[in-house]
Amino acid sequence: MAQIRLEGVSKVYGGHLVIDNLSITIPDGECFTFLGPSGCGKTVVLRLIAGFEEVSGGEIFIGERLVSSKPKNIHLPPEQRRIGVVFQDYAVWPHKSVFQNVIYPLIMQQIPDTEANERTREAIRQVNMDGLEHRMPFQLSGGQQQRVALARALVSRPNVMLLDEPLSNLDANLREEMRFEITELRKKTGVTILYVTHDQEVALAISERIAVMDPKGYIRQIGTPDEIYEKPADGFVFRFMGISNFLPLSFRDGKMCIGNSDSVLDREIPPEKIDGVRTGKTVAGCRPYDVVLTRDKTSAIGVLKRIIYLGPILDYRVAVGSLELRVQQDIEDALSEGLHLQEGDTVGLRFLDLLWFENRDSEQEVT
Amino acid sequence: MLKRFFGKIGIAEVLLFISVLILIVVVAVPVLLILWTALFVDGSLNTKDIIHILSQPGTYEALKNSLVIAGGVTVLSTIIGVFFAWLVSRTDLPFKETMKVLFLVPFMLPSFIGALAWKMLLSPRSGYINKFLVDIFSLDASPFNIYGLGGIIAVETMYLFPFVFIQVAGALERMDPTLEESARISGAGLLTITRRITLPLMLPGIAAGALLVALYSLAHFGVPAILGTESGIYNIPTKIYEQIYQSGGSFVAIRTGTILSSILIVAAGLILYAQNLVLRAGRFQVIAGKSMRPTLLKLRGLKIPILIFSLLYIFITVILPTATIFLVGTLKTYGIAFTWENMSLQNLKYILFDWRMTRDAIWNSFYLSLAAAMITMVVGVLISYTIVKMKVRGKFILEFLGVLPFSVPGTVIALGVILTWSGKFGINLYNTAWIIFVAYIARYMAFSLKSNSAALEQVDDSLEEAARACGATHWQSLRDIVIPLIKPGMVAAFFLIFLPALRELTTSVLLYGPTTRTIGVAIYALNEDGETVYAATLASVALVIIIVGQLVIKRITRTTVQGV
Ligand SMILES: Nc1ncnc2c1ncn2[C@@H]1O[C@H](COP(=O)(O)OP(=O)(O)O)[C@@H](O)[C@H]1O
Ligand SMILES: [Mg+2]
Repeated sequence: MAQIRLEGVSKVYGGHLVIDNLSITIPDGECFTFLGPSGCGKTVVLRLIAGFEEVSGGEIFIGERLVSSKPKNIHLPPEQRRIGVVFQDYAVWPHKSVFQNVIYPLIMQQIPDTEANERTREAIRQVNMDGLEHRMPFQLSGGQQQRVALARALVSRPNVMLLDEPLSNLDANLREEMRFEITELRKKTGVTILYVTHDQEVALAISERIAVMDPKGYIRQIGTPDEIYEKPADGFVFRFMGISNFLPLSFRDGKMCIGNSDSVLDREIPPEKIDGVRTGKTVAGCRPYDVVLTRDKTSAIGVLKRIIYLGPILDYRVAVGSLELRVQQDIEDALSEGLHLQEGDTVGLRFLDLLWFENRDSEQEVT
Repeated sequence: MLKRFFGKIGIAEVLLFISVLILIVVVAVPVLLILWTALFVDGSLNTKDIIHILSQPGTYEALKNSLVIAGGVTVLSTIIGVFFAWLVSRTDLPFKETMKVLFLVPFMLPSFIGALAWKMLLSPRSGYINKFLVDIFSLDASPFNIYGLGGIIAVETMYLFPFVFIQVAGALERMDPTLEESARISGAGLLTITRRITLPLMLPGIAAGALLVALYSLAHFGVPAILGTESGIYNIPTKIYEQIYQSGGSFVAIRTGTILSSILIVAAGLILYAQNLVLRAGRFQVIAGKSMRPTLLKLRGLKIPILIFSLLYIFITVILPTATIFLVGTLKTYGIAFTWENMSLQNLKYILFDWRMTRDAIWNSFYLSLAAAMITMVVGVLISYTIVKMKVRGKFILEFLGVLPFSVPGTVIALGVILTWSGKFGINLYNTAWIIFVAYIARYMAFSLKSNSAALEQVDDSLEEAARACGATHWQSLRDIVIPLIKPGMVAAFFLIFLPALRELTTSVLLYGPTTRTIGVAIYALNEDGETVYAATLASVALVIIIVGQLVIKRITRTTVQGV
């Protein structure tokens, strides 16, 4: 097993800088995720590590081996990197049976027949495909094909597995199942997994650590799923990880008002943020659950624009001045508080957790 | 420094280099030599000569005839092709599937053999139909004369209209019937729908087919050679042939040839460019969707008459000429009646076993086509692979060169090959089979590139990358993944080259030597020499080979499709 180390890696396509000076270390045996909006360059990073593309700058190490280096003019071809790759579109060879697909890496390594057969069966068992060895790919469902791709990537016991959105073509149930299976596989084999996705739910569920990338391909934060979700480094990460509200604030008559409204935010501001808030550079952020609707209309108030029932959740849109907030509440809580709200009602707002962000990050569009 | 340079040379660069080299040697150099010879005399641009040559009555007439023939054939083929395509896909004509296949049969038949048959039927002096009509109606003169522009246009149309038919029938089948449905729901009549919806949607298909017909007819040698030269009518290819043969390859003749060829190259380039535009525009309009069946026009009382008309058309254009060839081929001498006493298989035995000239021609055609098909298929895979799959600097050169074979007509290739391989560069292949071989490779490269590129585009890059990640080298991934997946395309390419090459006339007629006649050349020469019967016998042999070959293709393509 091996760690992956990128040092100052960049990639240029036809004069267009896609990856700029990226440095990161993925520790041995970890399940590490690159999370970012589509088009941000995740696939490019993966392909650079796999060796399908040459770096335009910087160096890549897999374990102790230098596999790509612009300054030293080194480019180890993919077949010599001892990696397993699982592609978004499965890339199961249509003219080979399940067994032939999975055994192929072992044939390339010239493993003796009996051992190769044994390991192939083992890999097929690991992805729960036993009994389907002699099916052809067109006789398999999407999820089954993805399992074949997994088994094929695993069978040669690679140091590193690279997975590029392997679940995005599967339906929700299968996705859950495969997610579980990938986690299991990693526990069983201890392989280093580099996983790439734009889906924050999947990333939170399977990763030990996540690197969040912005649309320009820069890494905004690296951390455990908890850290990323609870302590986002900036507004971009905050917004990318789920539904979010950003509150621009202004001081009027010594009070802190929300946006251009008269609603007062009755919260202590951390002293180090006050300057930023005064100059309008810093905004507050909160999740829909961190806003509570009350009958107490003494501080902040808003007008209910829309109420939607999302199963056990009530989803509100609340106008505060020209600002629209997303607020969510469990139906049970709403009932127990005796709130019978209707669209058009004026409600009081109480803020629980507030995070503080630099303004420019919150304005960046997330796709 | 040097080591570093060579260290950077990978498989991609090697493939690119070989591909570019082959295309340059086989296609680019001949074409460039033609343009060079046409434009420059002693190294300087010479427009005076060009104008002089073009204003000579002979060349000027040839240009005009080429235009008239191509124009006439294109218009007629379009009308006939659209009519029959509409008939089989938008009316309740009976036996539609069978009719669809029958309308494609003329595609397989070499048009110069058709011209030969029509000469036997409709030549003013001895055409069988003419004699028959003169006899029963006791006419003074033959009612038909196949020699001339009208005859050439009619015969070419018979064999070229399937280009339009295929395109239009395809477009009508792929067309989303909901477009017509919704027009119908909003109250439009069937005629209005056809005029306002169906026809505009078919236009790209019609235009693409018509342009193909124009391209083919403009550069076509066989039919005008057989039906035109008799009465002094030349088009561009037959004029080039006449010039070079009359003068025994003098410089003036070659120069005239190169100037006419340059015109063909430019015309072909323009036509292909126009077709590209048309097809690109059409891609967005015709959307696949087989959810609903289109409304079929009820032919009612016209059903049977139209069916009879269609069958009659097929009988006249396909069965009658083919039967004529087979029958005349058995006669003792040309012109006598088809009675049992007059017919035998003696001719067949003679040309297959006894006569050295025809025996050699069959053998030459066979091995030249086989070798050309093999080489072109392999090289085509190499070039297509480099174009479609490789990321390598300088690829645009290859992409440019790869288009060239499509736009170079057979006559031009022959002339270019003569210029290139007659000792100019130290290699003289003139009068050997090699020169025909080289020309075939250039001529059929386009087929191979088309077929193999289409196949390669179906193979997703990730399939190959998956193999690389599994530890396969580039060569191993080619061998284990790419080649098995494009095998059907390669087999198709092989036959797309082998069968047409077997009956090829346009190119080899300019290149053959005393011992290197091909089947096409032999048939043509026999006809010229007045050996009509032997020409027919040899043509029968060619037809049998073609029919058997087509059946083999059918089987192979069917089994490979099932096998995947
Ligand atoms: N082969 C290529 N040539 C040119 N541009 C590319 C190529 N591959 C990727 N790009 C560009 O790089 C950017 C990142 O792409 P990608 O890594 O595929 O995004 P994603 O994060 O969705 O996987 C995109 O803007 C894309 O257009
Ligand atoms: Mg991607």
